[in-house]
Amino acid sequence: MAYLEGNNLVASYGVVPILHECSVEVEKGELAVIVGPNGAGKSTVMRVLLGMLDATSGSVKFDGKDISMLSTQERINHGMAFVPQTKNVFPSMTVEENLQMGGFIRKDDISKTIDEVYELFPILHEKRKQLAEQLSGGQRQQVAFGRAMMTRPSVMLLDEPTAGVSPIVMDEIFSNILDVRNAGMAVLMVEQNAQQALNIADKGYVLVSGRNEHTGTGKELINNPEVRKKFLGG
Amino acid sequence: MTSESIDIINAFALLTNFVILPALSYGSQLALGALAVTLVYSILRFSNFAQGDSMAFGTMLVILISSYMISRGWTITGVPTALLAIPMALIGMSIYLLTMDRLVYRHYRRIKAKSIVGISASIGVMFVTGGIVRFILGASAQRFGDGERFIFSVREFKAYTGLEQGIALKTSQFLTVTIALLLVSFLFYFLQKTKTGKAMRAYSDNKELALLSGIDPDKVVQITWLLVALFTTIAGTLYGLDKGFAPQQYHLLLLPIFASVIVGGIGSPIGAIAGAFLVAFSEIFLTYAYKKFLIYLLPLSMHPTSLVQLIGTEYKYAISFVILVIVLLIKPTGLFKGKVIVDE
Amino acid sequence: MNNLNTFWQANKAIACFTIMGLILLFVGLNQSWALALGIINLSLISAIMALGVNIQWGYAGLFNVGIMGFAALGGVSVVLIAQQPVTEAIDAGGMKMLFALILGAATITAGVLLNRRGVNKWLVSAIVVIGYLFTRYYFSEAADLIEKVDPAITGYLGGFGLPIAFSWIVGGIAAAGAAWWIGKITLGLRTDYLAIATLGISEIILYVIKNEDWLVRGLKNVYGLPRPVPYEVDMQKSEWLQNIVAWIHRSELQLLSQSDQIDKLGDYVRAASVVFVKLSYSGLILLILVAFILLSNLALNSPWGRKVRAIRDNEVAASAMGKNIKRQHLQIFVLGSAIVGVAGALLVTYDGIFIPTAYQPLRFTFLIWVMVILGGSGNNLGSVLGAFIIWFIWIQSGPMGLWVVEMLGNFIQEGNTSLEFIEDRVHYLRLVFMGTILLLIMRFSPGGILPEKNKEL
Repeated sequence: MAYLEGNNLVASYGVVPILHECSVEVEKGELAVIVGPNGAGKSTVMRVLLGMLDATSGSVKFDGKDISMLSTQERINHGMAFVPQTKNVFPSMTVEENLQMGGFIRKDDISKTIDEVYELFPILHEKRKQLAEQLSGGQRQQVAFGRAMMTRPSVMLLDEPTAGVSPIVMDEIFSNILDVRNAGMAVLMVEQNAQQALNIADKGYVLVSGRNEHTGTGKELINNPEVRKKFLGG
Repeated sequence: MTSESIDIINAFALLTNFVILPALSYGSQLALGALAVTLVYSILRFSNFAQGDSMAFGTMLVILISSYMISRGWTITGVPTALLAIPMALIGMSIYLLTMDRLVYRHYRRIKAKSIVGISASIGVMFVTGGIVRFILGASAQRFGDGERFIFSVREFKAYTGLEQGIALKTSQFLTVTIALLLVSFLFYFLQKTKTGKAMRAYSDNKELALLSGIDPDKVVQITWLLVALFTTIAGTLYGLDKGFAPQQYHLLLLPIFASVIVGGIGSPIGAIAGAFLVAFSEIFLTYAYKKFLIYLLPLSMHPTSLVQLIGTEYKYAISFVILVIVLLIKPTGLFKGKVIVDE
Repeated sequence: MNNLNTFWQANKAIACFTIMGLILLFVGLNQSWALALGIINLSLISAIMALGVNIQWGYAGLFNVGIMGFAALGGVSVVLIAQQPVTEAIDAGGMKMLFALILGAATITAGVLLNRRGVNKWLVSAIVVIGYLFTRYYFSEAADLIEKVDPAITGYLGGFGLPIAFSWIVGGIAAAGAAWWIGKITLGLRTDYLAIATLGISEIILYVIKNEDWLVRGLKNVYGLPRPVPYEVDMQKSEWLQNIVAWIHRSELQLLSQSDQIDKLGDYVRAASVVFVKLSYSGLILLILVAFILLSNLALNSPWGRKVRAIRDNEVAASAMGKNIKRQHLQIFVLGSAIVGVAGALLVTYDGIFIPTAYQPLRFTFLIWVMVILGGSGNNLGSVLGAFIIWFIWIQSGPMGLWVVEMLGNFIQEGNTSLEFIEDRVHYLRLVFMGTILLLIMRFSPGGILPEKNKEL
């Protein structure tokens, strides 16, 4: 049994079905990537896992417990964290305040966790008194990660973290993600840039029209000729 | 000194007494009202048209409670009883605003209605509130200040300085500026330094992410209304102590308050305060009759015969409007960068 | 299914109007025909106003909080167009006033033009300030001269002495002009800005008509405006009305003696003349209302109207059109306000008197809003129905409130001061009542009584 798993998830927006029996799982210290064409339901998987959208059938298990009935807030309390694709920082608050807000629900001292984030992303320590909106795209993404890490989550969900950034920043973000994974977290990420993402992934899922089309390690998928042809542009 | 020579000191005293002091206190009153509008806007995302009438409601509570206190003899010499009544009135106002939120606004928040729906709902609340106030206190003007009227009067000032032109400092002016300073400092401390205040800013900045961070939206909204109750009641009471209470007058305060908020940049607390003083000073500077002032400053041959008033007092509300229009034409984000100028 | 639905909708409208008609018939039979017709006429005028607001709100989501101001512009137009000019006042200060106004206009134009040319801002400001000071000097001098001319009766310039019907058009144009200016500034920005700006302009218009005595006599009111329909006194002399009245009451009159017959007939003729005049107004206003409804339905089904509906119903597609939306919203805002202006002119025409203090936001802005929301935003017929219902409740709730207080009085001892107090203030509860109606409809039935068909909410 994996650390976080979504089993046979079925979900729809209103009457439009999006997911048909789709399953994903991720272990601690592992980076799993979901790729696939537009409209395949990649982000929907994430929303269902987080409880922002209810599945019509299927279950979400976390650390061995069924959490399908819990609200988003409760799931976050249990150790899940989410970095949305856009609007993932508080723009008119300082870097430090962003981190403090990330640890809002914690009753204990959060300063140690803040220091840990600064250790992981030293540039944030340097800019801790600056407003998030004044940072570069890559730095802002680091604030977003840092904010999500403030609850000391054991699993981190990332929705297209490299959408709309330059290739250099993309590399920077991917290396940040590996840092987060190496810190022992389970990381599940939805990615548009399939080639690069699968390169660093421990595990990959190719989703098409809400179904698991291919599953395997990052390497296996990259080397799979069908996946190459259809999704990686040759 | 005679009035036939140029007399800068007396001219300045005159200006202080009739323009600067009144504008300072009026600006402070507007600032408190504008901060309440800013708070509602930042958290609930609509312009609260009920603000003026809410101020009347809060002031009504103060008037009722303080007249009861006076009738029981619960007063302190020299202090306006209205001030002593504020804590009680605050409780009533908080209950009123929270009830209105529960009955009216919460629904639209839940269904994520457009901000224009919030505006129309607030107009409904405005008329209900205005109706209740007029039913209970009537529509005519009244005064409710007791205690000392002046910190120092014109006569005392003249005797002390020997100037021909006196300056009076009204108790209401002194109280207004002092209390406004305290309240504004409190608000900024609260928003910048406390966890709850930061959570409010976070919610105002990015609602979705605030939810993901475990910030409880209902609690944020409740605290917002409590702050609005505080600012609204005190702004209304101070305005009333200064200029008397009349429901229609309070209703019309909406215009200068909105002008302040937009001039400063909608959603920006500092902007609201700056905007309020800009509006207040423009209103009083432009409607003041400068005849006497110029007589002090100009040689006899150039003394003006007319009032030298730039705009008639009856058009003082037009000034806020004109400022509003100029800002919308030149810099729609306001002096301090406001939240959004186009709907999201 | 769809057919059934439309069938029900159509009948629902008919049913509602029938019930409203029966209620008014009841008022006519039991209270008086003059009262019933009075309610009908003011409902019809309100309906025209509601129609204008409905076009803005229902078609484009534009929130107009300044209905009162636009209605007042219509009222001013009636005075300025239909009243006879006051020659003494014009001789006294007319030229000077004209000069002041031209000077003012020239100052503004110069300011705008110089600013556009990129002339130094301080220089432009200085020119505008100096121009303003001169304008103000000549203006107040002229106003004084005009207001001194027989202030108890005139003290103003009067109007152009043109047919009153002409003023309805001018009222519409005046309101449209103000709306164009406001819309030009605020549309394309946040929706609140339009609402706030309309509130502002409306208050300013009110201050102008209350304070500028030389223009419309300010608080002294303007009496004796000309009428588009005959006067009661003339009607009482007309033979055909006498004959009709005599015929209607023939059985009753036959039983009376000769002198009683004449007295009684006189009473009946007087009552009938009032009813006839009110009926003529009803016909006239109804004609204009129907014309507006037909025109707006025609417009809504034209290519232009299809675009309007497309923008309203599909925000996503709409936002892609960018600038077009702003232009279209401006058109709708101007059109709607023009209709409110016409209604404002009709109202003053019907009253025969111009009273600046009557322009209270409660009656003109708030009631109209409740009418639109109650009737069904976006639905023209709904606005008309809303106008009838709300105006009826408004008129009848005054006496009804007093009646309730009197009933209460039966249970409380005589001379109880709290009762007098309530009697004095009970009409303010109408505000609370109307506000509550608005909030309840918005909350529980946002479509109103006659919801607009095919509208995505």
